[in-house]
Amino acid sequence: MAAAEVIRSEWTKIRSVSSTVWTLSLAVLVTLALGMLISALTRSQFDNMPVRERLSFDATVVSFAGMTLGQLAMIVFGVLVVSNEYSTGMIRVSLAAVPQRGTFLFGKIAVATALALMVGMATSFAAFFLGQAMLGSLRTHLGDPGVLRAVIGGGLYMTLIAMFSMGVATMLRSPLLSLGILMPFFFLVSNILGNVDATKKVGRFLPDQAGSRIMQVVPRIGDDTPYGPWGGLGIMALWVVAALAGGYVLLKRRDAQ
Amino acid sequence: MIELEGLTKRYGEKVAVDHLTFTVRPGIVTGFLGPNGAGKSTTMRMILGLDRPTAGDVRIDGRHYEQLKDPLTSIGALLDAKAVHGGRSAYNHLLCLAQSNGIPARRVAEVLDAVGLTAVARKKAKGFSYGMGQRLGIAGALLGDPRILMFDEPVNGLDPEGIHWIRNLMKSMATQGRTVFVSSHLMSEMALTAEHLVVIGQGRLLADTSMADFIRQHSRAYVRIRTPQRERLLDVLHEGGITVVETGGGALEVEGGKAERIGELAARNGIVLHELSPQQASLEEAFMRLTAESVEYHAHAEPTARVPQDWGAGWKGA
Repeated sequence: MAAAEVIRSEWTKIRSVSSTVWTLSLAVLVTLALGMLISALTRSQFDNMPVRERLSFDATVVSFAGMTLGQLAMIVFGVLVVSNEYSTGMIRVSLAAVPQRGTFLFGKIAVATALALMVGMATSFAAFFLGQAMLGSLRTHLGDPGVLRAVIGGGLYMTLIAMFSMGVATMLRSPLLSLGILMPFFFLVSNILGNVDATKKVGRFLPDQAGSRIMQVVPRIGDDTPYGPWGGLGIMALWVVAALAGGYVLLKRRDAQ
Repeated sequence: MIELEGLTKRYGEKVAVDHLTFTVRPGIVTGFLGPNGAGKSTTMRMILGLDRPTAGDVRIDGRHYEQLKDPLTSIGALLDAKAVHGGRSAYNHLLCLAQSNGIPARRVAEVLDAVGLTAVARKKAKGFSYGMGQRLGIAGALLGDPRILMFDEPVNGLDPEGIHWIRNLMKSMATQGRTVFVSSHLMSEMALTAEHLVVIGQGRLLADTSMADFIRQHSRAYVRIRTPQRERLLDVLHEGGITVVETGGGALEVEGGKAERIGELAARNGIVLHELSPQQASLEEAFMRLTAESVEYHAHAEPTARVPQDWGAGWKGA
C-alpha cells in the first residue's frame, strides 16, 4: 500500500522533468541512427572485409552497433533520475515524506526501471528491424536460431545499464561525479580492458562486456569466453545488484543531504 | 507535540547539538532561537529523521518519525525553500508529495491557493523568486493538514506583506490547537510571534521559558546618571544604600527603577544632575548577552564573560 503510493509519486516525479524525455529520446535516436548507418556501411563494404571477419559475420550484432553510444544516454538517464534529488536538495523533502528509505529508493528504481525497460525493448526491436533493412541481402530473421534471444537481450542490456547507473548514483550522489566515472568507463576503459590481451580475462567480467554477450548470435572464431549469453547477462545483473545494494546501505546509513 | 530527550549530534570532534531536552507543546507558537550556526537546522533535520542523532531521542506525538504512517499528515515542515527540482512545476512538486502520502490531489490546489501561488502553479520552480520558493515550501508543509508545523527561518527572503502573512498564519495555526515550532536568529521576530521560547547556543539549551518570563528576566532596567559633582553624588547614594556602577564615558548606572529616589536625594543635597534617565535593555540585547555567554564559555572555558554594558553609549551620548 505504502509502496503503491511511493510508486505513484515517483511516476509523477519522473514524468514531470524534461531530463527524462531528452535522455530517453537521445538513447533511442542515437541507437537507431548509428545502427542504421553502420549496417548500411557494412553492406557496402562487405566484399572488401577479410575472410575471417566475413566467416563470423553477425547481422544481429551489426544492427545493435548504435548501442555503444546509445547506452551513454541511458547512463545519463539512470544517473539523473537519482542524483537530481541530491543536486536540488529535494532529497530532504522526499525523505521527510517517505522516511522508509528502502521503500523510497526501490520505488524510485522500480519506476525508472520500468520506463527504461519499455524504451530499451522498443529500441532494441526497432534497431534490429531497421538495421536488417539496411543490411539487405546480408540480413537475418527474428525466427532464426538465437536471434529473438539477442533482440530481447538488447532491451534487457539497456535496462540493466540504466539500473547500474542508478545504483552508482545512489552511492556517489553527485551527478557530475557519477557521470565522470561511468561515461569514460563504459565508453573507453571497459573496451580497452576487454580488447587488450593482458587484461582480456578480467575485462570480460565487467558489466557491459559480460552483458553484451547476449546480443551475439554467431560465435566468434576462437572465442574462449567462459560464459554463454544468459550467463553473461547474469554477471551483469550481479553487478547491478551489487551497485543497488551499495546504494541502499549508504542511503540507509547516511544523513540525508 | 515534539519531545526531544538528550538529543545530540556530533560531526567528528565538533558537537553541533549537545544534549537538547525540551518539549514543543500544542496550541502555541514556540520560537526556536539561536545565532547562526547554533544547531537549529540540525535539530530540525533530526526531528524529521533526516539526520541520525549521535545520541538521544526525538518523538513526534510519542512516535519516532519513521514509524509515522503518511508523515506529512502528522507533521509538515519547511526546511529549505530551495529544496525543489527547478524543472518541475509547483503543481507537480506538490502532487508528487501528496501522492506519496495518500493525500488527494484536490488538496494541492487548495494549498496553492492558500499560499497565493495558484497563478504560477504550472510554472517551473526555477523561475521563482526566493519569496515564492518560500511560499511553495510552506504549501508543502500545509499539504497534509498536519497537527504539527515546523518552519526553519520562514520570514527570510519574504517581503513585508509576506512576513505579515506568515506571522498571522503561524498564530492562527496555533489558535486552532496545532503545534507550531519556528526557528529564527532574530529575537525581534520571535517577540512578535512566539508565546514560548527555546534558546540554544553552540548546540546547548540556554533557555526554555515563556516569552513573558523571558522578557521579565532578561530585560534589565537601570538608571543612567551624569553629574559634574561625581564624588558627592557617590557619597550621597552610598549613604542612601544605593549601589552604583561606574561605566565608561563618565556615566554612572544604578540597577532597577530608582530614578525618583535618586533625583530626590540629589535635590536634597543640592547636587546638579545633567542626566537622570531610566533605561531598559532591549530583548535583542538580552538575547545577545545570553548567547554570547555560551560562545565565550565554550571558546575560553571562562564562565564570567560579559558583553560591555554600555555598548552603543558613545553614539547615544553624541
